[in-house]
Amino acid sequence: MEIEVLEGVFDANEMIAGENRRLLDEAGVYMINLMASPGAGKTSVIMRTLEGIQGHLSGAVIEGDVAGKVDSEQIAATGVPAVQINTGGSCHLEARQVNGALKRLDLEETDLVIVENVGNLVCPAEFKLGEDLKVMILSVAEGHDKPLKYPLMFSESDVLIVNKTDLIPHTDFDMVALEKTVLKMNPGVVVFKVSCRTGEGLQEWNSFLVKKVRDAKQAAACS
Amino acid sequence: MHELGVTESMLDVVLRHAARNRATGVTRINLVLGDSSTVMEESVRFYFDIIGKDTIAQGAELNFRRVPLKAKCPECGEEFQVVEYDFTCPGCRGTKTEIISGREFQVESIEIS
Ligand SMILES: Nc1nc2c(ncn2[C@@H]2O[C@H](COP(=O)(O)OP(=O)(O)O)[C@@H](O)[C@H]2O)c(=O)[nH]1
Ligand SMILES: [Mg+2]
Ligand SMILES: [Zn+2]
Repeated sequence: MEIEVLEGVFDANEMIAGENRRLLDEAGVYMINLMASPGAGKTSVIMRTLEGIQGHLSGAVIEGDVAGKVDSEQIAATGVPAVQINTGGSCHLEARQVNGALKRLDLEETDLVIVENVGNLVCPAEFKLGEDLKVMILSVAEGHDKPLKYPLMFSESDVLIVNKTDLIPHTDFDMVALEKTVLKMNPGVVVFKVSCRTGEGLQEWNSFLVKKVRDAKQAAACS
Repeated sequence: MHELGVTESMLDVVLRHAARNRATGVTRINLVLGDSSTVMEESVRFYFDIIGKDTIAQGAELNFRRVPLKAKCPECGEEFQVVEYDFTCPGCRGTKTEIISGREFQVESIEIS
């Protein structure tokens, strides 16, 4: 006998992502899901962003790593609340883990939660966390041909941060080719070119983010 | 890369629906997998053989129906198959196209005994 099921395998994750969304909305918190390969500069961008939003927004960080708590300790040392999630071998964060981490943060005192996803260009794109904004980082050292090799993440992200632009003179990285490819895959994507080493381009990114968070708060207040 | 967890979730869905229908065995699982999903068919088969053991779904045949990545243009209404992730509308060159299929991984139906 055949039984109709019609249930998505990711439905359970998406239900919890929806619950995260409700938690965040109740407290008026904006959340970004930051995804990239290991070493692309996720932690560096987070540190720079926290500096940049200081005085404008109060931030908190959720760190996802396979093991260890180096990144969360680095962030906590600056006085910003940071929660570490160890996925124990899993290659991406799931909504359930973020739900546990959100409950350990004082959301009433927070405007912005930045989630550093596990270093990986494949799987994190598949799992919604309840975020407002999907942000991915590509470092120039990885090459401009990555979008066609990892299309899902490039096509799903709202923002692409191209990091380590200070290294461009030492590589054959082609920014024009990258933008051309990415805009075909994802015409709505907003691109920022930054260097966490020199600070170049970070101000544009920080202003964009502060505006996004404020707009979201205002929209919530009006509804 | 994450197919162990994904296969566990898939098996959960199957076993829940099987139990609800008082099945004693699951002989076939019909799955829909979008072409742009990161899930690898072969890995799902591999893990299913392992984690399906000692459940009523042990030995069930996995049948994958692949779905192409398709988008629709809200400006001119064109529906088209997306080639090499180029989402530009072939009808009007519009860029605000929306995905209508190709992202899913769904349990469509199960055959039970
Ligand atoms: N040259 C250069 N190095 C950077 C830049 N951003 C980060 N790095 C370095 O890249 C390495 C990995 O950075 P990290 O933020 O830990 O990457 P994550 O693994 O994605 O969190 C570190 O050694 C950083 O100092 C940059 O803009 N330019
Ligand atoms: Mg890091
Ligand atoms: Zn069109």
